[in-house]
Amino acid sequence: MTRANLILLALIACIAALPLFGEAYTLRLGTIACMYAIMALSWNVVGGFAGYPSFATAAFFGLGAYIGGVLLARGMPLTMAIPIAGIGSFLVAALLGAALLRLRGHYFAIASLSLIEVFRELVNNATDLTGGGMGLNIPLAASAGVMADATFFFYLMWGVLLVTAVMVIAVSMSKLGFGLSCIMQNETAANMVGLNTTLYKSIAFGLSACFVGAAGGVYAAWVHYIDPSDVFDILYSVKPIVMALIGGLGSPLGVTIGAFVYLGLEEVVWRNYIQIHSGVLGVLIVLLLLFLPHGLTSLRGWRLWGRAKNV
Amino acid sequence: MSEILHLQSVSRRFGGLQALRDVSLNVKKGEVIGLIGPNGAGKTTLVNVVTGVTPATAGTVTFDGQDITRVKTYRSARLGLSRTFQIVQPFAQFSALDNVAAAALFSQPGEGLKAAREEARRHLTFVGLEAQSGQQAATLTLAMRKRLELAKALAMRPKLLFLDEVNAGLNSAEVERATELIHQLAADGITIVMIEHLMKVVLNVCSRIVVLHNGQLIADGQPRDVMTNPAVIEAYLGQQYAQRIGAHG
Amino acid sequence: MLAAQILINALVLGCLYACIAIGFSLVWGVLNVINLIHGSFIVLGAYLAWGLYQGLHISPWYSLAVAAPLFFVFGYVIQRLILNRVITAPVLVTLTLTFGLDLILNNAMIYYFKADYRKLTLTPPMGSVSIFDVVVPVDRLIATVAALALTFVLYLILRRLRVGRAIVAVRLDRDAAVLMGVNVNSIYAIAFGLGAALAGCAGVLMALIFPISPLTSTAYLGKAFVVCVLGGLGSVSGALAGGILLALIEGVGSAMIGPAHATTLSFVLLIVFLILRPQGLLGRKGFE
Repeated sequence: MTRANLILLALIACIAALPLFGEAYTLRLGTIACMYAIMALSWNVVGGFAGYPSFATAAFFGLGAYIGGVLLARGMPLTMAIPIAGIGSFLVAALLGAALLRLRGHYFAIASLSLIEVFRELVNNATDLTGGGMGLNIPLAASAGVMADATFFFYLMWGVLLVTAVMVIAVSMSKLGFGLSCIMQNETAANMVGLNTTLYKSIAFGLSACFVGAAGGVYAAWVHYIDPSDVFDILYSVKPIVMALIGGLGSPLGVTIGAFVYLGLEEVVWRNYIQIHSGVLGVLIVLLLLFLPHGLTSLRGWRLWGRAKNV
Repeated sequence: MSEILHLQSVSRRFGGLQALRDVSLNVKKGEVIGLIGPNGAGKTTLVNVVTGVTPATAGTVTFDGQDITRVKTYRSARLGLSRTFQIVQPFAQFSALDNVAAAALFSQPGEGLKAAREEARRHLTFVGLEAQSGQQAATLTLAMRKRLELAKALAMRPKLLFLDEVNAGLNSAEVERATELIHQLAADGITIVMIEHLMKVVLNVCSRIVVLHNGQLIADGQPRDVMTNPAVIEAYLGQQYAQRIGAHG
Repeated sequence: MLAAQILINALVLGCLYACIAIGFSLVWGVLNVINLIHGSFIVLGAYLAWGLYQGLHISPWYSLAVAAPLFFVFGYVIQRLILNRVITAPVLVTLTLTFGLDLILNNAMIYYFKADYRKLTLTPPMGSVSIFDVVVPVDRLIATVAALALTFVLYLILRRLRVGRAIVAVRLDRDAAVLMGVNVNSIYAIAFGLGAALAGCAGVLMALIFPISPLTSTAYLGKAFVVCVLGGLGSVSGALAGGILLALIEGVGSAMIGPAHATTLSFVLLIVFLILRPQGLLGRKGFE
């Protein structure tokens, strides 16, 4: 295991100690931090490892939120609903991936972007199942007070993060990861040497959706109410990309740090510029892309965090 | 000697362009065939059709007894068909070692990365690149990248190897070296089909020559016969060259 | 509803859709940039028309003449100063960059104009015209003609003007264009400016028909996407074909399965086309 990956695991382990230091608001931030990290790490599998710029993160976040939400609303326990949300997202993504990942560059980006729209409308229209535009109410998990609630959901999201990180590290060290790297560098040559690129890309796309879907399920349980435009929000697709760009594409540790840095920035901006916060986010994105396209890990001194792949 | 590759009336059309027209060809195991013809004759298209990069619009391709007309590229690679590209296609960020290891890894099911890397080292040594094994592929010279391409093709343990203009862009010393390697491969029993413009290499290495012109096979046989074939002279070799060859007997 | 009415509605709407998409298609085809600011340009154009009408009683038809140069300059500057720095970067970077720029523009509009829906109502209203039981509002009809005129103007620019041929050249083969002495950076900026101008003008026309609010920018963008994929990038006729096809499918779909599903249908169609025929109906290289 590379040094960077070890540091990543250590970092995640440290975060587990958060409840010792914070009250409910800090835990809430921590939960979102974990969620962002899950999204960034997952996106990295298809965007950083395989080189396919996916904008579908929001689609699977929403899908997982609704799968989890609907199951929970029907009385299924949390311990079953979340994994099913994850597995369901994996299957849908892997199947769609086989078709969508035949597209290159721009066309793939647009197709993945439109998935958000399609899923949102499908959910909107399936009013009987999902409550449609009126939203879905999710029963509270047996709550024992605000603090216990906050701690519970923090650890739940943290658990998903840990599994995601382990998955990503395992992929990076495996034949799958090696193959994805081949695909990213030269897909034609990859085919030529006997790599079944369609299969590999589908699995990567599935993995990128799986834990995002699980996180969506946790999110649904956490906030108790979701509606289509809330979870199928294009920002959930763009933010992980910005996080990955901040931290350095390709490096799991990099994108995780990027996620935390991004959250920090978002908090500062939200608190101080609430009316123009999306504009400020826009400025951040523009500055980042113009002046630091390879992310923080390209700065000297950050070399020890692991080599970032070029954009 | 048994037949390893059989093309039956293969045609390939791209919109209005007929790139291959009713091509039938038999390749026997262990042969070293030169595939020559003017630019645009369809030589690379032929290789693309056999390896599954572009499907044939008509006809069948049989490899080692199996019909591979509709088979996808990665599958034909695993069956023992290997090729080099005219414009080399390395994994640019990978080291030379990992480039070859990738070929060994994915063409043989059940092989692990470690074993693949060890095998890669052997192939790099064979083509004379062991000193460059840790170097990034993008930083290698053209001649080295061509040899890397060859090492990759070999790491796939091919039964049939297509060489697409391995000598383009090389100086005469590099060409000599490449030719030696090809001799060695032929001696090891690999069937080779080489697309080549350098006639001296073709005449040096090949036991049989096949000529394509405008997508059609216009000659197929012993070098002597093909070189003196008037249609071939007309289409490709040119009178001057033919006279020169004739003068040397 | 009468079949003829559906057809006419589709034709009218289709031309408007084509007008919305044509600038987007130009930028995508020439600069290889998916311009996510496009929707906000359209909305801004609509605000311009609205503002000029409310404040100075300038009719939208004249506002077109104001919008075109204004937006051209706006687009030119954005491309030259910002986009051009990353013009060779992969789609990930350019898409995210235009997304960021759109966030800024959209947020600014919400801040200054507020998110409330506004409507530009002409006084006196122009009424509608009725031919064989088919009713078409006059303002919509004139807007359609204007939309067609705009696309025709673009067609002429690309066909007849020297700068237009240069744009086509860059689209066909950037490197060859450089060798021919074309100043590619300048062409990129001009093409983007043209795209912005077309979007602004489309916005002026849209102000007559649809409600105006920054919240509608994603809807316009979505339409532009679908039209480009359906009709094919790289041709004015493709944009027209795509626009009319989309409007037809929405109209027929609306009548058969209800308007709520019409948008979903268009996006499902987008994905189907991307998978089966990504070049669209009439897609071909070169923008003409």
